[in-house]
Amino acid sequence: MVNLETTEVVLAYGSKRVVDGLDFVVPEGKITVIIGPNGSGKSTCLRGLARVLRPASGVVLLNGRDIHDQPTKVVAKQIGILPQGPTVPAGVTVLDLVRRGRYPHQRLFDQWSTEDELAVREALALTGLQDESDEYVDHLSGGQQQRAWIAMALAQETDLMLLDEPTTHLDIAHQIEVLDLLRDLNRIEGRTVVMVLHDINQGCRYADHVVVMNNGKIANQGAPEEVVNSQMMEEVFGLAAVVIADPVTGTPLCVPDVVAKRTNTQP
Amino acid sequence: MSLLTLAPPSLQTLSYMVLALASFATAISLSRRISSSRRVLRGRIFSSLTDLRLLYLCIGTLVLTVFLGLLGLEVGEYPIPRFEAIKTALWDRGGEFDFVVNSLRFPRVVAALLAGFCLASSGALFQSLLGNPLVSPDVIGINSGAALCAVFVLTVGADLSALPWAAFVGAVLTAVLIYLLAWKRGVSGSRLVLIGIGINALLGSGITYLMVKYPIERVVAAARWQVGSLFGSSWADVRILGFGVLIITPLALFLVPKLRLLQLGDELAAGLGSRVEMERMAIIVVASAYAAIAVAVIGPLGFVALLVPHMVRLIVGSLTGGALLLTGLVGALFLLGCDLIAQQLFAPTTLPVGVVTAALGGPYFLFILVRYNRAL
Repeated sequence: MVNLETTEVVLAYGSKRVVDGLDFVVPEGKITVIIGPNGSGKSTCLRGLARVLRPASGVVLLNGRDIHDQPTKVVAKQIGILPQGPTVPAGVTVLDLVRRGRYPHQRLFDQWSTEDELAVREALALTGLQDESDEYVDHLSGGQQQRAWIAMALAQETDLMLLDEPTTHLDIAHQIEVLDLLRDLNRIEGRTVVMVLHDINQGCRYADHVVVMNNGKIANQGAPEEVVNSQMMEEVFGLAAVVIADPVTGTPLCVPDVVAKRTNTQP
Repeated sequence: MSLLTLAPPSLQTLSYMVLALASFATAISLSRRISSSRRVLRGRIFSSLTDLRLLYLCIGTLVLTVFLGLLGLEVGEYPIPRFEAIKTALWDRGGEFDFVVNSLRFPRVVAALLAGFCLASSGALFQSLLGNPLVSPDVIGINSGAALCAVFVLTVGADLSALPWAAFVGAVLTAVLIYLLAWKRGVSGSRLVLIGIGINALLGSGITYLMVKYPIERVVAAARWQVGSLFGSSWADVRILGFGVLIITPLALFLVPKLRLLQLGDELAAGLGSRVEMERMAIIVVASAYAAIAVAVIGPLGFVALLVPHMVRLIVGSLTGGALLLTGLVGALFLLGCDLIAQQLFAPTTLPVGVVTAALGGPYFLFILVRYNRAL
């Protein structure tokens, strides 16, 4: 298992502090969803966890040791990250792309081991891309491209997956497909998933643990039912909303109370 | 004969050229249709997924190269029968053709092959790394850096044996300079290209300054060298190129898996375990080193590094792994072909090969630009 935690981490771009004093322990074996308004530091937080962005102060601990003191290839066997909207290199086939996810497991001359082949096959099967494996990624539809990226992250075979809005560019059916896939990976293989989602309702459906970020800090965290309510929506998102139980899953469902808001601004 | 009156182009060579271009185009379109099939190779510490199509293409290119190389030994002002040429080149040192074959033509053919290999590989590395088909060492100033140092050596009248070293140092320094200037919390591809273009212009003015400042006799040599020519290539040149290729190619192949990660963007590459800045720097230095040794020997030859990788990409898609070697081989074939055209088209007057690569490369560059613009 992978134990990832942060203590008083400050993440900044130049002098601009985006995440300020983050104390967070990634719940092992669970699905954690980070929500929050635009610019609240969700993606930055994910980048800090994935050691892509070095903290200005504070430490990120992986299994008790500073993540930046460990060889990056060793870390890459345990943590995978899929950023938001990655650029597709031209002329790369799906198979070639997914293969690149095997990099941390490969050695100099060992570029296509039996394990590599199995992992890539499984990743393609899970994302339903077996038949597209010889197609160029930049010729695929947005949904298929996104699934190809997820397949690459799957092929990396990490116990912890960090995903930044894995459902962007997907229609609703494909969104559910991807989220179901991630839940299966979590439930069946026990992988820990941390993802940023914009859709709060979807987040509540799939999350074991919800983290609400606001102004670079964690405003609240806990089970969806504890965290997502109309008070939080008002305070964090500045949106009047009614929170009801999802008719299918019983998880919180936010319905914006637009009429109320209008009457508020025009008394 | 004055320089301004050229003999009419030889009809034979012209028809060969048309034939070569036509068969080249057919070869490209045919090879795009070969479906790619893969073969898995596995040993104790070795495993690879080999694209058989790539293998066939490499073999095909090699066969063509051998054929063209033979042609290079045979034809010229003093034609030599094929068998005699092979015999003299490979084992019979004392024959009557020894001087023409072994001192003039053979080194020139080998130099063309090696320089073509280097330039195309350099272009392929740059284009793959920066994800931009319009980038090559001649566009972002690497060649100019080499040229500035080389022209300096030529114009101040220093020892000519220092020329390759000067060019090499110039190219690598330029690469480092561009990299440092493009640095702003990491280096992004497009910023590097823009700064490279600026540096290229700056270095160009430096070269012009040297040409104006120094006496005309020396400047003429520099001007001629700047076009890029294989005229007078010797075994010493071949040695420099050969050593360079032997040292740089394993490094380049070692860096290919890292290049494949960097193509995915910095964030993903870092997430997959790449030490992004270090590895990108290493690839840029290796790519510059390739360009540098070619420029050191034959001058800042344009367009080869730009268009050969682009042509190969049309066939195989992405230039990583084995495709990098294929690009090098096609580059070798291409430069040899261009040199033969340069020697034969207006025979007995020979042109510097840079004129031919520019004449073929200019239109092709426009073609790429149009395609690229449409794609955007």
